[in-house]
Amino acid sequence: MNLEPEVLVIGAGPAGLSAAAEMARLGVQDVIVVDRETDAGGMPRYCSHATFGLAQFWRPMSGPAYAAKMCSMVDTRLIRTATTVTRLGLDLETTISSERGEAVLKPRHVLLATGIRETPRSALLVSGERPSNILTTGALQRILAEGRGLPFRRPLIVGTELVSFSALLSLREGGARAVAMTEPGDRITARRPADLLARLVMGTPILYGATVVRINASANNAGRLASVTISRTDGSSEVVECDAVVFTGRFIPEASLLGANSDLQDPGSRGPAIDQRWRLGAPGIYAAGNLLRPVETAGWCAAEGRAAGASIAADIATPLSQRGRRIPIATNNPIAFTTPSYITTGETGSDQLRLGVRMSRAARGCFVLSADGKPLWRSPVMSALPERRILLLPSLPDLSRIDEFQLHLEPGED
Amino acid sequence: MPPHISPTLAPQPDSFDVAIVGAGVVGCGIARSFAIRGWKTIIIEKASDILEGASKGNSALLHTGFDEPPGSMELELIKRGYETYQRIHSRMNLPLVKTGAAVVAWDEEQLRKLSDIAAHSRHNGVSAAILGQSALLDAEPGLSPRALGAVHIPDEAIVDPWSAPLGYVRQAIMHGAVLSTDSEVRDFRRRAGGWQIETSRGSMFARLVINAAGLFGDQIELLAGRTPGFGIRPRKGQFVVYDKSAHDLITSIILRVPTERTKGVLLARTVFGNLLLGPTAEEQDDRVRAACDEQVLRRIMEEGEAMLPALAGQPVTAAFAALRPATEHRDYVLRVDRHNGWITVGGIRSTGLSASLGIGEWVAEQGSAVLGKPGKANAPSDDDLDWPLMPAIAETLPRPYSQSPRSPIVCHCEWVTESEVRNALGGLAAAGTLGGLKRRTRIGMGRCQGFGCSGALHRLAPHLCGPPDQTSPP
Repeated sequence: MNLEPEVLVIGAGPAGLSAAAEMARLGVQDVIVVDRETDAGGMPRYCSHATFGLAQFWRPMSGPAYAAKMCSMVDTRLIRTATTVTRLGLDLETTISSERGEAVLKPRHVLLATGIRETPRSALLVSGERPSNILTTGALQRILAEGRGLPFRRPLIVGTELVSFSALLSLREGGARAVAMTEPGDRITARRPADLLARLVMGTPILYGATVVRINASANNAGRLASVTISRTDGSSEVVECDAVVFTGRFIPEASLLGANSDLQDPGSRGPAIDQRWRLGAPGIYAAGNLLRPVETAGWCAAEGRAAGASIAADIATPLSQRGRRIPIATNNPIAFTTPSYITTGETGSDQLRLGVRMSRAARGCFVLSADGKPLWRSPVMSALPERRILLLPSLPDLSRIDEFQLHLEPGED
Repeated sequence: MPPHISPTLAPQPDSFDVAIVGAGVVGCGIARSFAIRGWKTIIIEKASDILEGASKGNSALLHTGFDEPPGSMELELIKRGYETYQRIHSRMNLPLVKTGAAVVAWDEEQLRKLSDIAAHSRHNGVSAAILGQSALLDAEPGLSPRALGAVHIPDEAIVDPWSAPLGYVRQAIMHGAVLSTDSEVRDFRRRAGGWQIETSRGSMFARLVINAAGLFGDQIELLAGRTPGFGIRPRKGQFVVYDKSAHDLITSIILRVPTERTKGVLLARTVFGNLLLGPTAEEQDDRVRAACDEQVLRRIMEEGEAMLPALAGQPVTAAFAALRPATEHRDYVLRVDRHNGWITVGGIRSTGLSASLGIGEWVAEQGSAVLGKPGKANAPSDDDLDWPLMPAIAETLPRPYSQSPRSPIVCHCEWVTESEVRNALGGLAAAGTLGGLKRRTRIGMGRCQGFGCSGALHRLAPHLCGPPDQTSPP
């Protein structure tokens, strides 16, 4: 293996593979893609329902078929699976571990495409005992992939994000029907009509205004789950019997390789803080895909990977000394964060920004982008919801005298 | 010797010198001490694995005993346990990290108590130094500037709370001890020269019974028709484990000056690279179920953030609750009933991990006298013993993923390899529960809590993951 590749891509999911394919197309061949799992393809490999590929390949594909298609775009000799990155230094020195041994790579560019994980029960601090069969969608789908069936029949699903409905479909494949889905708000987080799918096709009721507040073990076996206690917004509570709890969504960027370098992370997303060219604050490190911002579709992540690959290919030809200044984009409630959260000056090409926005709560009004307090650009929005894609396309002004951008939402009338 | 009488001297498969009830950290330590002295030893455990009761959760500290009451058995055995652990840990490849502890004063009243705490510590034979505010904040720059000073106890240490007792029981097995799990004691019957013990997995005879049943210690006394003289009052402790990004926020164990009301929560690094906050001290009746409470967890997290402001916003890896077998007595309940061949080891509340090797030595010395061979009171020299080499799961030791021969990593948060999991599923004291497998390897104990490794767990340890659903498609 070349220990000093031009580019090391960490993560062979839709974003990482697309970046490698794009770099190859642009003539950057000295690329290694590593993935800790035994097969490349990323998260879609575990989602067997046909919800992939529509936007990208114009046909519905199963997750594994989509993953295989993504893998086919990259020279397999570039991909190293079952290879875990155990350390990434700010000088790009990277330690990888695999069955073949431990190796230290000195790549000139690193693309982080490590994706996301769900928030497990413990991080949510849910009260109660710790019986078995408390899991996440990721765990559920990995257990199903082992082909041994599920050790439960009547699970409860916590959450109504897109992934929650993926869990619902996966459970059906495993022969289990969810007893209920819980949603703290008054509407599902995913787009309708997923709620109809749950109720009419799967026979699973969605409990609105409902939060799981306690996990209850069986009275005579502390290791066996008996029920959950659900608290409702009207102050009432009820006990729902179940033999498993699937905590879904509440995705967290898998950014642990950044370690304690919190200055490289966006406090809102907890993923890497990037500029409009997918670069982190540390020279030579880039990021793309769901790691940036839970959570987007595989197709969207693939598009980000292509763009990041193109950015790296362009930067290879550009000396670092010509790199501009990073101007932060500040946000405040109810805007949780933006992607990118920095604008680097002196970039050639498009002066139109593609600014992803995530909300911390539902709101309406008018997005206002200002430079050093002076409004530059406005865009009204009827309904900005959390966990939804919001893309703003402002034009960038002359950046030479700007110290900070601000994005805020001017409240609209209700 | 005439050959016809030799069968009576042959070992009886169901007859032992010593039966230890309970395979918690204390039972494992006692088993080690009897077995290395050559006594035929059995450990009787009702759960499917060791450490399934009080010992499955604790603050993972090796205490010096600096704040224990002088003259107490607890102090004597903590000190002996610490010395023994310090002497033997490297032979077993067990970690010992002397982080030191700082007993921090947060107000003037507490500040005035520091000199007494330091004097008490030195009286107990434990070195201690008083740090002024600037020295404390130099040593622990993450602490809130409200910290006014501290007593520094340099020898307080952190250990692996699960590999240590596993090592003790493995060494006992290497010296001939039998570990019988899934064996709940149903009855004790006094027989000539010992006890007939009926368990859910059969009957056995032992000349001497050691009650190390932890949270069920008083009930075991009653089952044998004895007057316990103590009652277990389970005391629950809730803990929060922060992600590895929080590990470096402190160096030493951060304790508080105890007040009339509470000893307060502590902060400590773990040898696995996390930061631990806790425990609470909550009385309850239930001896098995230890529930977390979100409000309580949030309250202790606020307490932690008040001490260490950078803790705010640090990701939480896990939260757990554990029970300590407290009694109405301040000290351990250690009683030797020489006449009836019974030793009671009760009320080992919260210092069991620190004292276990000391308790083991003390009980085996007493027990050797009861068994009629005071000469066996002294253990053989360390060089004459067999030692188990424990897997390196602490981050303070070189881990298998970075060593050869290698095997693929199956748990990506804790970097656990497939061969580590396979090894823990076999060999001496093989994992008998999913929790036991996690305690032996760290699989599933990381920040994703099984998001990434559950498939591998079900593939490698299907028997520990619950029955597969027979009706589902293959």
